[in-house]
Amino acid sequence: MAKLSKPAKIYLILVFAILYTPIFYLIFYSFNSGGTMSSFEGFTLEHYGAVFNDTRLLIILMNTVIIALLSSLISTAIGVLGAIGIVFLRNRKTRNAVLSLNTILIVSPDVIIGASFLILFTMIGVKLGFASVLISHIAFSIPIVVIMVLPKLQEMSGSLIDAATDLGASKRDILTRVIIPYIKPGIFAGFFLALTYSLDDFAVTFFVTGNGFSTLSIEIYSMARAGITLTINALSALIFVVTLGLVLGYYFFTQRAGQSPGTGGAKV
Amino acid sequence: MKDSPSRPLYLAPYYIWIALFVIAPIALIFYFSFLDLTGAFTLENYQNFFSSVYLRMTLSSFWYAFLITLITILIAYPTAYWLTKTKHKQLWLLLIIIPSWINLLLKAYAFIGIFGLYGPANKLLQALGAGPLQILFTDFSFIFVSVYIFIPFMVLPIFNSLDKINPALIDASRDLGASSFTTFRRIIFPLAINGVKSGVQAVFIPALSLFVITRLIAGNKVITLGTAIEQQFLVTQNWGMGSTIAVFLILFMIIIMMLTGQKEKGGLYNGKTK
Repeated sequence: MAKLSKPAKIYLILVFAILYTPIFYLIFYSFNSGGTMSSFEGFTLEHYGAVFNDTRLLIILMNTVIIALLSSLISTAIGVLGAIGIVFLRNRKTRNAVLSLNTILIVSPDVIIGASFLILFTMIGVKLGFASVLISHIAFSIPIVVIMVLPKLQEMSGSLIDAATDLGASKRDILTRVIIPYIKPGIFAGFFLALTYSLDDFAVTFFVTGNGFSTLSIEIYSMARAGITLTINALSALIFVVTLGLVLGYYFFTQRAGQSPGTGGAKV
Repeated sequence: MKDSPSRPLYLAPYYIWIALFVIAPIALIFYFSFLDLTGAFTLENYQNFFSSVYLRMTLSSFWYAFLITLITILIAYPTAYWLTKTKHKQLWLLLIIIPSWINLLLKAYAFIGIFGLYGPANKLLQALGAGPLQILFTDFSFIFVSVYIFIPFMVLPIFNSLDKINPALIDASRDLGASSFTTFRRIIFPLAINGVKSGVQAVFIPALSLFVITRLIAGNKVITLGTAIEQQFLVTQNWGMGSTIAVFLILFMIIIMMLTGQKEKGGLYNGKTK
């Protein structure tokens, strides 16, 4: 391949600089002893201390983690079973219809998901708060898990199942001892993706959270609307590290699952 | 398993999910779009939508989304093109993608600082001789931050389709005497058009429905369809009108997906872009 010309290199460096400047700008000022994001006065860790001493913030952090773990576990279970069901649908038309229904929540804008879930919860009488947020997160994570698991299932040879049947395995055995082990990398990738989407979500949660319950992104939003607090900077540095860890974990599993990388959630 | 006559029980949760969280919400949005504030049937919401206020809002939302998408393509295309020529291209691509995993709110928050009256952007302007300007809460800051956020979502699909092009085709075009520009226009661009289409899909629809950035960065100056829906649902509490706007947003989404649609799968895996 031809080597990059100089202008091309400069252009790429510029794009990378623009992409990363805001992130490092945030992290840099999290160590600022002055209270602003404009003049750096001295190095301090007090804003990190503020994060860990704020009980309210820690409770919100715990809520966020609990919601993320629970919703990704439950959505992975439902999604994996759903994907297996889709693969075994014999009728091509039904299968395509189910697949289209599956993708609706992936392509719909968050505002629409949030607004329609708000109507739904009000109609069926789910109280807005922990339950409504958890259910919403499970709901928007299921199709992602299905998408991640399907390719693995499709590449699995049918003769594996035939062999197991011939050797006297029950349906339950086939599921737990043949299918699930085979698609494990896809399941892990789906779980990780569900986890990051749940942690990252703002818009859907914003609609269904009600008054008493709050997750980290809701809290950051109300803090940011009030103005600049360097506690947010410290928080974002911590979130950056955790996100990086999750992304690397996700790549590790998708590399093993043999799938192409994808972008994160553009949550708007 | 192939010859099981009864529908297996393990599928139940998944089908319940489809019924409750895919079909029911859309049906409810349509149903509520015909209700007024007291819950009685009305067509007033649709009438209102076609009044000049909402039409102007829709048009301006489309205009912003168009500008954001266009600028994103102009920046992302050369990036993707040159990325395919780097040595460790998958690593560089990963580096482009990582910022898209950082929470949108934090990126918007960073720009509140950068574009602030005493922030680095204004310091740079002052050093150049232009006095401190109000950058935050303008159209410029809104478009800049949106483009910033969408760049990775445009680079990825374009990169993938450029990367798939067989280099022999480009060599052949060169051997047959085509200039670099002709090669780009006649060979590379048409072969990579699907990537651009997926990118447009991943940027244009979210750009129509943005509401976080409009609130935090644009003050309340820019109103997109998303902002209007959020306003109707959570501030004005007029769910009927909010649902009507949502119905139109869904319609626009379907039209855009048909225009940029392609039989080849792959666009779907570019991530959840809402």
